[in-house]
Amino acid sequence: MGARKSIVALVIILAILAIAPLGLPRFYTYLIALIVTTGLLSTSLNFVLGFGGIYQFHHAVFYGAGAYGAAIMISKLGYSGWLGFVVGPLVAAALSFVIGLICVRLSKLYYGMLQISLGSLVWAIVYRWYGFTGGDDGIHGIPMPELVGSPLGAYYFTLIVGGLSLLVMHRILNSPFGSTLQGIRDNAVRSQAVGVNVRRHQLAAVVIAGFFGGVAGVLFVVVDNSVFPDMMFWTLSLEITIMALLGGWLTFLGPMLGAAVTVSLRTFVSGFTDYWTLILGILLVLVILFLPEGLLGYVFEVWKRRTSESAEE
Amino acid sequence: MLRSSKGMLQVRNLHKSFGGFKAVNGANLEVADGEIVAVIGPNGAGKTTLFNLITGILSPDGGQVIFKGEDITGLPAHRTCKKGITRSFQVVNIFSRLTVFENVRIAVLSQQGKTFNLFTPSKRLVTDETASILKSVGLIKKKDSVCGALSHGDQKVLEIAIALGGKPQLLILDEPTAGMSPEETARCIDLIKALRNSMGLTILFCEHDMEIVFGIANRIMVMVRGATIIQGVCDEVRCNQAVQDAYLGGSDVCSV
Repeated sequence: MGARKSIVALVIILAILAIAPLGLPRFYTYLIALIVTTGLLSTSLNFVLGFGGIYQFHHAVFYGAGAYGAAIMISKLGYSGWLGFVVGPLVAAALSFVIGLICVRLSKLYYGMLQISLGSLVWAIVYRWYGFTGGDDGIHGIPMPELVGSPLGAYYFTLIVGGLSLLVMHRILNSPFGSTLQGIRDNAVRSQAVGVNVRRHQLAAVVIAGFFGGVAGVLFVVVDNSVFPDMMFWTLSLEITIMALLGGWLTFLGPMLGAAVTVSLRTFVSGFTDYWTLILGILLVLVILFLPEGLLGYVFEVWKRRTSESAEE
Repeated sequence: MLRSSKGMLQVRNLHKSFGGFKAVNGANLEVADGEIVAVIGPNGAGKTTLFNLITGILSPDGGQVIFKGEDITGLPAHRTCKKGITRSFQVVNIFSRLTVFENVRIAVLSQQGKTFNLFTPSKRLVTDETASILKSVGLIKKKDSVCGALSHGDQKVLEIAIALGGKPQLLILDEPTAGMSPEETARCIDLIKALRNSMGLTILFCEHDMEIVFGIANRIMVMVRGATIIQGVCDEVRCNQAVQDAYLGGSDVCSV
């Protein structure tokens, strides 16, 4: 779908979100910030999953790495919040480089299996290392810089950083690197035959995705002032994969839409029943059966059909 | 006379097995600068495997591949491409979700070493180079079609266009006209001749249609069960007894 239309849609949504706190109670701004954070995480996963065809099964580990990187810098090592916010994504990118370097030799499902194992190993270390990571308790009450210390400050910070991250990823996907990545997704052998070093490009893509996963982790720290090992547990990786599939994994903003649906569902339906995942499951089955390109993919398809029909008339 | 001009590619005693099956079992090949060489042989003779070995998609068990005096044996595909060997595939092998233009653009971007450029929109880069390749193969009018929707013949031509994007010196075509209609075949043959004559490319191809082979090849190499049995000019190959027994069905084609 047209890149320009995606950007226009993004700008309109951001404008609405920017004025949202004026009329909405605090609970809703927290919810929106959570959606942006989770959506950014899912988008960063989809950067390699949907656009790179790389089966990154355990992407949440980079979310956790970014969050823990920031939290430990601030709470355990006593650095300023801002420095922590920068270090978090870098830690995530570095971890992504190491895991990527090991996994990228394998293809498709084998990549996914090894990646999920190595990610779980990182989770196990974080879960057990009480002295450094707080173990299963995590780290709470992380002091924030004054600017983002208030809920409103945290909200706008999340919105701005999340929006910028999306723009940068969008830009990369439309660069030669992005074109090459999509070429590798469609046909790795052909890419090699035109001189593309497939593994090196995949590794770079995984590092970029890890970095933005880490940015999402930092945003969570800003919104919630805490970190815990569940942030890098494999079930979250599954959840953000479902978000990408639900929203449309071949569209740029699909994962964001998927995150909005999933997080809202969890927030509102789990008040009525513990089995909210049942509804999510049914929804996912319906989408896979009837809208294989996801919700946003379907919207674009209808849109394209309409514009081509009106062009013919 | 062509044999005395300088060599572009030499393949010496190449071997490759898959499990117990010897797919390539002593292949030898010489391609001189500026000539068109055909590889022929029955189905399963190892022609495609030989091309995969030369271009580095597979790595050989034994033997040597020399390109312009340099040993490139076992070099991975992305490196042989940068050395100046590009190829088309027998079974259409393109980026099916992308448009015709985007398909060729990836090859050109890669050839120019721009694939790690993260921030310039692709749209602004290498448009002239890509357009001129599409013009030369006659696909420029279809540049915005998603290539999965092209006819088979056009997809085969797109294969060649992608290969040209790598600015090759040696172009390898794996059954370029397979599955084409007679008109498409005629156009494809003209294209191959034009690539040699006006762009000065050296071309190595394999093909089942003997009319095409004898029509455009300067020299022919014959493979049977993975081994080279002869390489020579057309008449030498046509009249060779071993070739007739193994491949041309024993019929007397020598007098043609």
